[in-house]
Amino acid sequence: MTSEGTNAQRPETAAAKPGASDWAIELEKINKRFGPVHANKDIDLSVRRGTIHGIVGENGAGKSTLMSILYGFYNADSGTIKVNGAIQNITDSRHALALGIGMVHQHFMLVDNFTVLENIILGAEDSRILGTSLSRARSELGRLEKEYDLKVNPDALIEDISVGQQQRVEILKALYRGADILILDEPTGVLTPKEADDLFRVLRTLREQGKTVILITHKLREIMAITDAVSVMRQGEMVKTLETAKTNPEELAELMVGRRVLLRVEKGESHPGKPLLKITNLTVADDMGVVRVKDVSFAVRAGEIVGIAGVSGNGQTELLEAITGMRDQRAGDVIVNGHKLFLKGDDGASRARAAGLAHVPEDRQRMGLVTNFQAWENAILGYQNSAEYGGGLMLDGTAARAAATAQMQRFDVRPLNISLKTSLFSGGNQQKIVLAREIGRDPDVLIVGQPTRGVDIGAIEFIHNQIVKMRDAGKAILLVSVELDEIRSLADRILVMFDGQIVGEADPATATEGELGLMMAGISNREAAQ
Amino acid sequence: MSVLKPLPRWADVVLLPLLNLTLAFVVSGLVVLAIGQNPLHAMWAIATGAFGSGYNFGYTLYYATNFIFTGLAVALAAHAGLFNIGGNGQAYVAGLGVIAVALLLDGTHWIIVMPLAMLAAMLVGGIWAFIPGYLQAKRGSHVVITTIMFNFIAAALMVYMLNYVLKAPTGMAPESRMIAPDARMPRLAEFIDFFRHTPVNLSLFLAIALLVGVYYLIWHTKFGFALRTLGQNPTASRYAGFSNSKIIMIVMTMSGALAGLVAFNEVLGVQNRLVLDFVADAGFVGIAVALMGRNHPFGIGLAALLFGALYQGGNELQYVVPGLTREMVVIIQALVILFTGAMEGLFRPGLQFAFMLFTPEHKAEAMARESAGSES
Repeated sequence: MTSEGTNAQRPETAAAKPGASDWAIELEKINKRFGPVHANKDIDLSVRRGTIHGIVGENGAGKSTLMSILYGFYNADSGTIKVNGAIQNITDSRHALALGIGMVHQHFMLVDNFTVLENIILGAEDSRILGTSLSRARSELGRLEKEYDLKVNPDALIEDISVGQQQRVEILKALYRGADILILDEPTGVLTPKEADDLFRVLRTLREQGKTVILITHKLREIMAITDAVSVMRQGEMVKTLETAKTNPEELAELMVGRRVLLRVEKGESHPGKPLLKITNLTVADDMGVVRVKDVSFAVRAGEIVGIAGVSGNGQTELLEAITGMRDQRAGDVIVNGHKLFLKGDDGASRARAAGLAHVPEDRQRMGLVTNFQAWENAILGYQNSAEYGGGLMLDGTAARAAATAQMQRFDVRPLNISLKTSLFSGGNQQKIVLAREIGRDPDVLIVGQPTRGVDIGAIEFIHNQIVKMRDAGKAILLVSVELDEIRSLADRILVMFDGQIVGEADPATATEGELGLMMAGISNREAAQ
Repeated sequence: MSVLKPLPRWADVVLLPLLNLTLAFVVSGLVVLAIGQNPLHAMWAIATGAFGSGYNFGYTLYYATNFIFTGLAVALAAHAGLFNIGGNGQAYVAGLGVIAVALLLDGTHWIIVMPLAMLAAMLVGGIWAFIPGYLQAKRGSHVVITTIMFNFIAAALMVYMLNYVLKAPTGMAPESRMIAPDARMPRLAEFIDFFRHTPVNLSLFLAIALLVGVYYLIWHTKFGFALRTLGQNPTASRYAGFSNSKIIMIVMTMSGALAGLVAFNEVLGVQNRLVLDFVADAGFVGIAVALMGRNHPFGIGLAALLFGALYQGGNELQYVVPGLTREMVVIIQALVILFTGAMEGLFRPGLQFAFMLFTPEHKAEAMARESAGSES
């Protein structure tokens, strides 16, 4: 969105630092094997000082391994690493930090019941007496905050601040330790769109101050929006490094996957029929008793995909859980195909399923799968009581395995090994196992939460096509996703949720991102039109 | 980042327990050495004491029977993610069921008494475990706390019952009257001379059948699928439509029923009356048995046999090696429980590292990890 403005500045920043140390990082012929897996093959990578450099690739392409080598978690089998022009043998992360390399991990390494300040000095205390370290850190933190416009309250407890703020603490931690080169691993995976924008603003400020940023991501939109250069990895190899201004998402997607990929979903007109799922006056509370869904009513008709857009945390999760019997409702009804569901008690999910409602949950590893089970056991999860898996008390393992094989073949799950432990499949293939199970039963209504979270581009295309295919077969689909792009390209109708209520409806063909954004911020249809 | 590769299954199931056991014996040997005895002599005494003759082996099997029941009780609950520490109390209270049936049907034959007493043991043991299960499922009281408290309640209850309700009118001791000879469960010695003068009885076959039965229950029934799902991931279990609260209550009841069978063995087959403390901590040994047997019935069978052998061989030890008192035997048993049960993971990281060294392609990685150090 703002890439034009930033790209214009780039030549200046690069020109400001001439000479041999033009490159912050130079990797040459890096090789790394894990047993039979060749995770990094002859990787060359040069990152210009004072730029934001993106690294994209599908899951398992070797991005994280490469960065772990740079950060000293692994030692490369061969190859050289140059930092600011000098060859370095980085033995551990302490050494990397000493060279000015800092890393912000996907999962934050913060102590929840410590304050921001305490977390920042953790492991970098000057003396055994904390008081002096803390006061020195407080003034240093004030300077960093001003310099990089990174505002956080130093005395707030980590558990009390938002995820976006926690990420700032991680960045401040790295800067406090003198990091000059900052590696961010999938930084926006946990952020709301607003928080992601704030992060990008911070990254731009860092660049202006001459810091170098390496951004690992699989979201091409982010690459286009913020990076100066981008390197594409595929199956352990560095495919190409491009200037961001001279490429486009389609080219990057093709380089990542190795074949042409449709970024837009190809789907025809929807022909909605009678309502298959009706929600009337639904009110739901979360575990703490706070009402998260307030008197929501809507319907999903046969042959249409209804998308629920919204900043995460506005009741979408509780709405999905209430509809699928995972959470008690305070009031209201869920009506599937004319039958009102009885969802009280902790086995409501079985009755929802029996009524023809399939559920692909938002968090597949926490809810949709037992990751310690073999794949075939997950292929029957939720449907274990159906007659085809054995009548009565016994479980017909042969029938279940046969069904699992058929499902996994149909959804091209790799590897096609029904006895493999589910945690050993990649994120995309785990999601395919869930989808194959839920779609395979030909349900009337499909509830899908975050269908492509953490899934590679190639698999995203496949999953989207399967959802559209279901719609065309006359099923009702309710889709919740934090990816606005996904909702806009997949849904036939968008409902926007804010603070537990449906605040508006939009037509994905005509609504602009700006309009949707306003509605997601709680400004209703009519006001937005004005 | 210093995540080591998981061990191959055979190493996890066979090698690791054997290493733990070896360490337990080595440390026990040092203790024996410290008090001036020959450890090898002592080991030999334990081995012959446990397996040396039909008499010794009979006793070993009798102890093993109890440990199979309690080991299965712990393992079944563990598969559902529940830690039932209350096997002792459940077995103890189950004695009431057995003695009630046996004394009420005094004039009849053991063929009638045996199945009814078995059901009574399972029923009473099951009820005693159902209450903590209910409290966990419906009120969120943790079973670890409640089952251990129920052990104390059981102990107090049994003292009361034996002193004021069940005490034989003619006797002085707090114990019930004897079950009539015809109603007692036959010992194997009645059919097999090899087991002469030993308490091992028909309940051994029940224990073996239950090893098979529990295996089928856990891995080949829909309920087993449900309880394993709950044990691995309660959220996924609810997602799959299972009522987690129901599963918790049913599994705890089944677990208590299995533990209750200790009373069936002891009261109807061995003591032939209800006495104080007849459980003799079999419930706690069951925890070690289940841990060592990796919660798998096959492993539990072997571990129960091992602990049976230790109990019986340990008892013999004090007669064979002068200077080794009864307390010494308890120390050895405790060390075995400590190393194979509580500290069963002691060798795991080292063994994983060793395995990586012995597979060439993993060697470099292992070295890299070693040098990458403790960061992360």
